[in-house]
Amino acid sequence: MSYFRAENLSLHFGGLKAVDAVSFAVEKGEILSIIGPNGAGKSSIFNLISRIYRPTSGRIFFEDQDITEQPPYDIAKLGIARTFQNIELFENATVLSNLLVGRHRHSTTQLWQELLFLPSVRANEKVHRRRVEQVIELLDLEPYRDKLISGLPYGVRKVIELARALCSEPKLILLDEPSSGLNVEETDDMSFWIRDMKSELGVTVLMVEHDMALVNRVSDRVIALNYGRVLAMGSPAEVQQHPDVVAAYLGT
Amino acid sequence: MRFLFKTDYEDDIKLFPHSGYVVTYGVLLALLLIAPYVLSSYLMSQLVFVCIYATVGVALLILTGFTGQASLGHAAFLAIGAYTAAYLQKYNVPFPVYFLAAGLLTGIIGAMVGFPALRLTGIYLVIATISFALIVEEILARWESVTNGNEGMRVKALSLLGVAVPRDSPTFYFLCLAVLVLTIVGTLNLLRSPTGRAFVAIRDSETAARSMGVNVALYKVKSFAISAAITGLAGVLFAHKLSFISPEMFTLQLSIEFIIVILIGGTFSLHGAVLGAIFIVMIDPFLTYLKDDMPGIIAGIAATFGAGSATAGNIQSKVAAFASLNGLKGAIYGIIIVLFVLFEPLGLYGRWLKIKLFFQLFPLYKRATFKRQKIYVKSERNR
Repeated sequence: MSYFRAENLSLHFGGLKAVDAVSFAVEKGEILSIIGPNGAGKSSIFNLISRIYRPTSGRIFFEDQDITEQPPYDIAKLGIARTFQNIELFENATVLSNLLVGRHRHSTTQLWQELLFLPSVRANEKVHRRRVEQVIELLDLEPYRDKLISGLPYGVRKVIELARALCSEPKLILLDEPSSGLNVEETDDMSFWIRDMKSELGVTVLMVEHDMALVNRVSDRVIALNYGRVLAMGSPAEVQQHPDVVAAYLGT
Repeated sequence: MRFLFKTDYEDDIKLFPHSGYVVTYGVLLALLLIAPYVLSSYLMSQLVFVCIYATVGVALLILTGFTGQASLGHAAFLAIGAYTAAYLQKYNVPFPVYFLAAGLLTGIIGAMVGFPALRLTGIYLVIATISFALIVEEILARWESVTNGNEGMRVKALSLLGVAVPRDSPTFYFLCLAVLVLTIVGTLNLLRSPTGRAFVAIRDSETAARSMGVNVALYKVKSFAISAAITGLAGVLFAHKLSFISPEMFTLQLSIEFIIVILIGGTFSLHGAVLGAIFIVMIDPFLTYLKDDMPGIIAGIAATFGAGSATAGNIQSKVAAFASLNGLKGAIYGIIIVLFVLFEPLGLYGRWLKIKLFFQLFPLYKRATFKRQKIYVKSERNR
């Protein structure tokens, strides 16, 4: 059984088939990239997995559990974290508290305990903060630790989003265009971090990406989509050679 | 300028980041404790109102400032608290019991208001909460067997452990102060734990909050319930302070006053609730003073600039007529809100921080320090 599996996943908006009977599987510990032209349905697949959209048909399995009907907030509790294409951070909060929200799925304290700030809450807080500091160190975010998000440049925000996802200690992480808007150097850093996530933290990565250099560098396998359908699946080189993929990108 | 060197996770959790805070708040608390033995009874009465308004302000900050859910229905929560106290008092229920019962009941009603509010945002939520307030007002006027209708209810002096505590006694003031301080400490505790951060997350991006595992619906309801419960507790004190309550005290204007408290104080910090409460409590006597004295002063100025006594008298009566126009107070409140939103969106507390920073950085302060970058890329689709 695969670690993560989507079966015949479809998302229709009226007559538009944004995602059309897509099936794929992600193995534990691999980096799988989804590529495709604009409007191919890549981000829609992510939004289906994190339950922002409800699939028209099809099923999603994670660790042999059917998660198709889970409410959105439970997806994170299962250990699936994500980043967004157009950064979704908590603008008027500091970097630190943004990252601490990433720890939300690990919080066990009750409201009344928090009102009194009992020792159990304090102990939990320390655990959260230790974990957050580790992520800050991993992603070199020390200079921005106490800054408000609203004053930070785009490239840094992108990294903070990744950090927030990592703070939740995910088993599977969904990266929606991690390199969009980053310069060459930042993209380089991103590719190292993605590989570190896999090798050091043991996180399985599913990513949507346009930058083929980055895709080639980090992915174990690639899926090419167009018009909501799977065109090709395999190693990065295989997929890029595939005649349908070439046709989708360059025309016939 | 002080730079904090943090060596422990505890340093980020502490309520007082450094000893300066302890000294400042210690002195403030000491002053508040000796206040009843120094200040006049009029000022003490105003101070009690500041405590009550600030408590409601903190409650509203939890909901509006930190969870991002606007409410123009807090006068109704206050009313429910006040009426619960007045009703239970008739049956000789002891103070601690009806105090907590009022909080509990308003909390439950707050949660019930929160549920339909889950699907509403922005202006629609405001309309829903106004409707709720109007419904409550109407119920208070019509449910005569419980609320005594428009005739209102008398509230006896509260008795604590068998001792009567008159509404102008120092003990009553200490009680209000204690409720305010405990509310602030509880809220600060909440804000440094997962629930408070979930509130802030919901305010800034519901999509991101959801994808981080925050049950947005549950936390919105929690926020409504906590905010309403605190307001209900303040309502009990409010009822005792006024010693008489009737439906026309809990109108939309009161809800707007609460919004003014947090808008003028500053919506991003609990300091704002207290500063805003001081402002709203003090503006009323100030306006009365203007109303009584301005016509005479203006006429006097006109007279010194050579206007005849007939013209000056004419001006005096015209100004006096203007000052006693109906609804002038509401208009002044409206102007104050507009001016603050336009020119001081961070409120009085924001202004204080700016002044403080100006002196800390002198002469290097930049006017743009508090300007926020405009966000152009934001996906609204996934709401």
